[in-house]
Amino acid sequence: MVKINGENLEYDGKKVIDYIKEAGFDKSKIAVELNEDILPKSEYENRILKDGDVVEVVNFVGGG
Amino acid sequence: MNNVPSKEEMYEAFADRHGKKLQDKLLNTTVAICGLGGLGSNIAVSLARLGVGKLILIDFDKVDITNLHRQQYKAGQVGMEKAFALKNNLLEISPYINIDSFVEKIDESNMDRLLKPADIICEAFDNPVNKAMLVNYVLENYHSKYLVAASGMAGIDSTNSIKTKKIGERFYLCGDGISEVGKAEGLFSSRVMACAAHEAHMVLRIIAGELNA
Repeated sequence: MVKINGENLEYDGKKVIDYIKEAGFDKSKIAVELNEDILPKSEYENRILKDGDVVEVVNFVGGG
Repeated sequence: MNNVPSKEEMYEAFADRHGKKLQDKLLNTTVAICGLGGLGSNIAVSLARLGVGKLILIDFDKVDITNLHRQQYKAGQVGMEKAFALKNNLLEISPYINIDSFVEKIDESNMDRLLKPADIICEAFDNPVNKAMLVNYVLENYHSKYLVAASGMAGIDSTNSIKTKKIGERFYLCGDGISEVGKAEGLFSSRVMACAAHEAHMVLRIIAGELNA
């Protein structure tokens, strides 16, 4: 199981980009922390999630 | 200006309120504020009142009449560069802080130059793509600076839904995470100020060594 934004999800073996697409996030408006480290955007397509990974997708909305 | 207290008098008054140890830490900290709109201008006022030693103010834009409902500018400053107008206002509040103003649009080509001196960086943009760009760049490239960002403070929903969350070791996010500015939802000064206060307060807590959100 992979913990994504606080929820345990079946994303073992999948890529970070799979979650981003399935959850409907816009890649240009997010930052992703993987196990408390920033995941560079270039890694979204490469990094394969494994059991125990903790992912936090920070979604930015307009306004300031 | 008449009756402006001396630097020493102000230091003593601040140290009396905040404690000398904390005041000296505040005095020795440099904070960069990226974007000087509703978030940034209010963060800057809070940090100036705290007596943060140095502020780096960055915004490419000028004060517009539509900014006056929530940003810390005066009607007579419409048309002025925000970075300079805000510097003037902050120096009226706290005349001895050190302020560097930059009228520049922040991108990956100038970030190193603008943000290098900062111990703590506040993201205070309004555009979500710019927010994400700054956050990704700062977290990927600077491993000793702290970052405080914001997402979701539009509309008239309760301020009780605005929170500060610790995302990574040196990364904090303020806001409700969802309330996006749009045609139906405007920005209201009180709710934007509440989010700016969350950012400014997290900066204070970092300086004080209180690293939980």
